[in-house]
Parts: sequence; C-alpha cells; structure tokens
Amino acid sequence: MKRLAIFTLLLASAAGGQTVAPAALADTQLANPAQEASAKALMETLRCVVCQGQSIADSDATMAGDMRALVRQRIRAGETPGAVKAWLIERYGTYITYDPPLDAVTWPLWAAPVVLIAIGGWIARGSFRRRR
Amino acid sequence: MRRHLLWLPLAGFLALLAIVAGGLWRPVDPTVRSALIGQHLPDFTLPPLVPGKPGLSSATMRGQGPRLLNIFASWCVPCIVEAPQLMRLRAAGIPIDAIAIRDTTPAVQSFLRRLGDPYARIGDDRASAVQLSLGSSGVPETFLIDGDGRVVRQYVGDIRPDQVAVIVAEVKALR
Amino acid sequence: MLAEAGLAALWLAAALAVLQLLLAALALRRSEEALAAVRPVAIVQGALVIAAMAMLVAVFWRSDMSVALVAANSHSAKPWLYKVAGAWGNHEGSMLLWVMILGLAGGAVAWLERRLDERTLVATLGAQALIALGFYAFLLFASNPFARLDPAPPDGAGLNPLLQDPGLAFHPPTLYAGYVGLSVAFSFAVGALVTRDVGRDFARAMRPWVLGAWIFLTLGITAGSYWAYYELGWGGWWFWDPVENASLMPWLAATALLHSVTVLATRDGLRAWTVMLAVVAFSMSMLGTFLVRSGILTSVHAFAVDPRRGAFILVLLALYIGGALALFAARVGTVRQGTMFDPVSREGGLVANNLLLSVILGIVLIGTLYPLVAAGFGVQLSVGPPFFNKAAGPVALALVVVMAAGPLLRWRRDAVQAVVVRATWPIAIAAFAFAGLVVFAMPIGVLPLLGLTLAAGLAMASVAPLWGRNLRRTPLFIWGMVVAHLGIAVSLAGMACDAAFTTERLIALRPGEATRVGPFRVTLDGLSPRVADNWSAVQARLTVERDGTKRVLFPQSRTFTDPPTTTSESAIATLADGQLYTVLGAADGQGRWQLRLWWKPFVTLIWLGGMLVALGGALSLIGRLRPRRRTAEAWA
Repeated sequence: MKRLAIFTLLLASAAGGQTVAPAALADTQLANPAQEASAKALMETLRCVVCQGQSIADSDATMAGDMRALVRQRIRAGETPGAVKAWLIERYGTYITYDPPLDAVTWPLWAAPVVLIAIGGWIARGSFRRRR
Repeated sequence: MRRHLLWLPLAGFLALLAIVAGGLWRPVDPTVRSALIGQHLPDFTLPPLVPGKPGLSSATMRGQGPRLLNIFASWCVPCIVEAPQLMRLRAAGIPIDAIAIRDTTPAVQSFLRRLGDPYARIGDDRASAVQLSLGSSGVPETFLIDGDGRVVRQYVGDIRPDQVAVIVAEVKALR
Repeated sequence: MLAEAGLAALWLAAALAVLQLLLAALALRRSEEALAAVRPVAIVQGALVIAAMAMLVAVFWRSDMSVALVAANSHSAKPWLYKVAGAWGNHEGSMLLWVMILGLAGGAVAWLERRLDERTLVATLGAQALIALGFYAFLLFASNPFARLDPAPPDGAGLNPLLQDPGLAFHPPTLYAGYVGLSVAFSFAVGALVTRDVGRDFARAMRPWVLGAWIFLTLGITAGSYWAYYELGWGGWWFWDPVENASLMPWLAATALLHSVTVLATRDGLRAWTVMLAVVAFSMSMLGTFLVRSGILTSVHAFAVDPRRGAFILVLLALYIGGALALFAARVGTVRQGTMFDPVSREGGLVANNLLLSVILGIVLIGTLYPLVAAGFGVQLSVGPPFFNKAAGPVALALVVVMAAGPLLRWRRDAVQAVVVRATWPIAIAAFAFAGLVVFAMPIGVLPLLGLTLAAGLAMASVAPLWGRNLRRTPLFIWGMVVAHLGIAVSLAGMACDAAFTTERLIALRPGEATRVGPFRVTLDGLSPRVADNWSAVQARLTVERDGTKRVLFPQSRTFTDPPTTTSESAIATLADGQLYTVLGAADGQGRWQLRLWWKPFVTLIWLGGMLVALGGALSLIGRLRPRRRTAEAWA
C-alpha cells in the first residue's frame, strides 16, 4: 500500500514544476538523420543560460529543452546551423556559444596556439647542438 | 640573451596573476542579459491565454507610447513577490503587457485573481519561443519598450519596491 | 571532543611546520643538530595532520550535528560510505584532505628518501614546510572544518545527491594524492635550486616521487571522467569544464616532467626544463585549487563561492609560485649546462614532447581564463569544447606522432632515414587503418579519423621497443613505457570511436512499446517504485536484445529528500564491443515515458586506456625502485 502511495506521488510529481509538458522536439529527434546530426552538433556548442556551465545538449533544465526545440524546429525548416547560431547570438550575445567567434576581443585566444608553438620552436632551437 | 629568457616564466605568471586578481576584484556578473537593448522588438504574435484579455503581438506594442513588457508565469515564485510592484506601476499610469511562459489558462486566472491584474494584454508562450527570441533567460523579467517599439532596458528578476520610482521616472522621460 | 582533538592536531601540525622550516634554515647554515632534527619533525607533522583528517572522518561517521560542517553537508540517514566520503565532499573537508596529502607527502619524503644529498633533502623539507604553512593558515583562519554549531540541529542538510556515489570515495583522494603529491617535485626543485644541486643524483631521487604522484593523478582523472559519464546522464566524458581543466593542467606538466627527469637522471640533460616543469606542475595544482574555490569561473563542479577565500589563496599563490619562479630565474643560469644533443635524437624527441605538452597546457590555461580577460573588456564570453578541440586537438595528434617515434630514436644523434626504417611497421599499420576507415566507415569527422589512424600507428610503435628482446630479461621500466604508451593509444581509439560511431535515440514510449538504437531492440516492459534509505525512485525495466541475446536494464529516476532533488540513475550494459547507455526521463502526462538511449561502440577503451597508462607508470616505478642487477644503464 505504501509502495502504491509513493508511486502515485512520484507519478504526480514527475509532471514537474511547470504546469505544461516540455516542448515537442525538446527530447524528440528529427525524422531526417542528417538534419538531426547537424542540429545535435549545433546544440553541443550552445550554452544553457540557466545552468552552471553546460551545453543545452547536456542539460535537464526546461529552458535548455526549449532551446533544443527551437534549434530542431529551425533546422527542420531549412535554416543552416550558422544562421540559427547567429540568430541566438543576436539575442544573447556571444555568451550563448561555446565557440567564440573571431573578432577584436577574441583574436588573442585563437592566435594563442600558433604563438605558443612559435615560442616553443624558438626555445627548442636553443637546446640543440650547433651543426658543423 | 638566454639569461633574460629565464625571467619569461615569472613575467608570464605575473600577467596571469593580474588577470586572475582582476577577476576577483570585479566579480563577473553571472546574469545573462538580452543583447537586444537598443534594437527594435523582433516580430512576434502570441494568442490570448485568458478569456477577455487580448493576445499580444509586436505590432500592438508599436506606436502606443512607452510601455512595460513583463515576462512571468503562475508557477514562478518571484513573480508573486513582484505583483504588488506591478500594480503600483499600473496605478502610476504605465501600460503593462505580459507574456506568460509555459502556462495554462486556469493557473493564470487563479494567479490574477489572487494577486491583481495589471496587464492590458497577455500572450500565451507555451514553448517559450518568444522568450528566446527576446533574449530573455528566465522569469520574471521586464522590458521597457519605447513608443517606436525599441527595447530600451531590461530588468532581470523581480521588480523591487525601491525600483518603482526609478521606472516611473524612466517612462516619463521617454514620453 | 573529537572535533577539538582534530583542531588541536591541526594547530600542532602547523606549529611543527614552523619548526621544520626554522630547522631547515638552520641546517643549511651548517647546524648539525638542526640537520638531524628535520626528518623526525617532518614525520611527526605528517602523522598529526593524518590524525586531524581521521578526526574529521570520525565526526562525519558519527553524524555529530554539533559540528557545523557535518550539519551543512551530512544526514544521519545516509549510507555509511557517504557519511565517510562526505567528509571531503565539501570545501573545508576537501581542503583538509589537500593539506593532509601535503603533510603526508612531506613525512614520506622525510622517512623514505635515502638517495638525495642530505643538504638538498633538508632544503626540500624546508620548502615543503613553507608551502604547508600557508595552507595550514588558510585552513585554520579561513576554512576551519571543525567549527562548532550551537545549538546543534536535530539533523543535517544532507549531501548533494550527485555526490552520493562510490565515485566520491575514490575520485577526490586519488586526485589529491596526485596533484598535491606533485608538491614533492616542487619542493625538490626549490631545494635543489637553493643548494645548487641539479644533477643526476637529484633526478634519480626525484623520479619515484614524480612517478608516484603522476600515477595517482592519472587514476584520479580517469575515475572522475568515468564518474561524470555514468552519473550526469548524457554520456559525455569530458567537457573542458574549468574544474576538469584544473586537474588536466598539472597532469600535462607532470607527464612532461616525468620524461624530463629521466633524461636528467640518465643523460644529465634538460636540467632547466626539469626544474621548470617541477615548479610548473605544482603551480598548476595550486592555481587549480584557487580556480575551483574562488568562484571566479562558473562550473558544475565548483565548490562554495567565496571571493575572500579566493583572495587568501591568491596571495599564497603569488608568494609560492612567484618566489619559485624568481629563484629559478636567478639560480638556474648558474647551474652547469648538461650535455648537448642533435635535433633528431631521443633527447630531441623528448624536448619536442615537453614543448608540445607545454603548448597544450598553455592552450588549456588561456582558454580557461579567457572569459575573465573578456569580462575585463565588458564582453561576456564562453569558451568550451569547440575551441579546445580545435586548438588543442591537432597539437595532441602531433604529440602522438612524437610519442610513436620517440622510443625508436637513438640518444645524442640519429638520422631521419634510419628512424623511418625502424618505424616501417607502425607507419604501415597506420596507413592500413586509414584506408580501412576511409573505405568502410565514412562519413566520420576529420579528428576521429586521424585519431583512429594515429592510435593504430602508436599502438604498433609502443610495442616496437620489445622486438628482438628477451622478454623475461627486459627491464621493468621498459615494460612500463610500452604499457603506458599503449594505454594512450587505446584511450585515443576509444575517444575517436565515441566521437565517430555513437548512435542516439530519444523517444517517449508507453509500457510495452519498443524502439531501435544501433543494432539493439529496446522494449519498455514497465515501471515500478523503489525505495531506499534516503531516496525513492521510479524504475523502468528495459529489455534490450541484439541477435537473439537479451539483457535487462533498470534505469531510475530518483528523488532525494535531503536535499530535495531529482536525479536520473543511468543503466549501462557493458558488452565486449561497447556500452548501451539508457536513461529514464520524465513522463509526459499521457502515459509515455521519455527514454534516452545511446549505443557507444568501444567507449570503455577510453578509461581502460587510462588505467593502462597508470599501470605503465606503476611498472616503471617498481622497476626503478628495485635494486638493479646490472651496473650499466642500457636504455636504447
């Protein structure tokens, strides 16, 4: 009897804090596998705005689900991932993407690997014996 | 020359220290704000949610003078806390439109009955699609829209009593 | 009573650290009595701080709610394992664990180290005491784990459900043993700089300590990755999260260090590199500790956010790292240059190894801190997997090539043509793998394709040093190198397979309905309730079937009461060729339940590889510690 009571309670609470079910396409895959793959790839680069550092592909938050639904809807309607990303950046700023666009503020970040390799190469030259 | 190279790691570390100390000194504001400030409202249309209250669209928000756009939900606790402030703003003559996020008619009706109804219009945003199109990241949030439909300011979180006078002044300045 | 005893032990340990430092200073000024006293003091200090940790575990075990930390983080209904492990599942407790490893490592060096020159050893112990002092001060003045709460509440707030897992018992202690264990390398380096004793003996003495810490760190990171993988419910095993990066950076430096220290021990080369890397490795550990506890970066893993504590640690960092780097710059120039070598040589390969590892470390560091820099310009940025994979991925692949070629190179000088001849089989296997993948497995991404190709080549190249050898007479440290490099190849293959071949199915099913994921047919048989000490759950019964073989899996959606949270407990079927990962989500109100299903071929290779790497390290360590029968070092 206790088990039944717990079970019913869990089923009731499983409906979640909101009074409405999660958006369609939040947790449903697109019928076209190529579209789903490109949507999935994009979702893994978008940041969940209500989480402590997760992508929307990795989050249980309802808002993350809504964003996944939005991404899938737009990809299904034929938009390119780049366009969807640009649309979101227009609204949330560069915070929303884990892939920082190359601009005046981020160029040192993207240049860093090259600069570091160059410094490394220069240091290495000092370690080697001079050829006759 | 090689001697000077040896001081490079220390120099690099001091630069790192400066960056990190800066991060401690001025803590990064974790609030995610909309990037639409200063731009026009994106086009949208939302059906009505409550009988007797019209739905909301970007067209109705243009050319009607400055107004507030309140993003709320009946299941959101801080929205209950800010309800009195919204009533005060309404009483001060500021029109307020609302977008209800992931909500149902009976829940919103009950909410308005209990806490008062300051809204001219309420739009039904079940999948929070319009919320995303505004760059909003949670409830409650309030946007100040000017007469041309431009987003002037965003208030993240519930409106506190001490903010009411400030908002009234800002709206007056836009008229 | 226990809490006060623990606090007293901590104060005593701190006092002994002061004493140890003073004695070390006196001993360096030629005081004979001081010289003899340093070791015992270090050992007793270590014992005291272990006692303090034991007291903390004891108060958690007894659920003593009058201790503030226990009241905030524990609950009497928890299973005993999580009561004990919960002692370090919070900021103060884990900081005490940190300091305990510091004291334990210092005491171990004092007790066991016999190969090092006595003056250098004393300088080392002095450095260790100096570091310990700062962190004792931090604990005692800013993060007291033994603070009392009056009046004591009837019960506690409970432990975060995500932490109520065997992983908590294993991951932090191993991880800390690793990266706080690197403090020994740091102290050795500082000690050797003080006494100007950077040479072969110094390297031989330091090597086992570096290996030991590195093995623990490898295990700790591998365990953490697997724990996140099965606990968080999305099948991800690395997110380039700031806290994850904080554990990776010391590992990168330590890997470079353990290669350098061997060159210094056997060939008397790479002196400056070795000392530099020893300083950098523990500096990264301390920096990581700061990043995780100061709140300047957001992370799922971060501890309590407190900028004041952050400022305290930052001052310690400035003093210790700044001091060590200044000492390095001032003294290393006067250390005699080691033997020189050609670019194409084993030493050259090891220099390339150090450089590439340092470049990856630099990329991870810059990427992790860049959001702070951008915030200084008023821009809110996020830097995540897309950046790190694109920036560090190619460098890591270049490193794999160096790793494959390195053991095939001769010391001092070698010819490129000769190396290529020796590398015939690895190159052939890699080409074969590449062709096979292109023909049978496309489309897969560029990085996974390269990853699998290079993994195949590396696997072949790592066993190459064993050819033509009498396997029973091969020194254990050669086996260690072979197994460790093979482990990297295995892990890389696992990562590439996960990126390339994972299939996903997200679907809402009614009991009785079925779906397909990869080669499996998955049926939702039904749901039932489950209850335990401090949680209740809805459990699904899934029948998964492939080629006639059936298995049953039970994923759960679990609700905890203290604190109130819902987590999903994934159910994973581990098979010979991969894992089937299943997660139960929420009901949609119409009788359907959300299921997330993944078929991940060969994903377990990732962590199996990690364990092989640690095993290789252990073999090397044993090989170096056992007395050697031969007097000449034959290592070619």
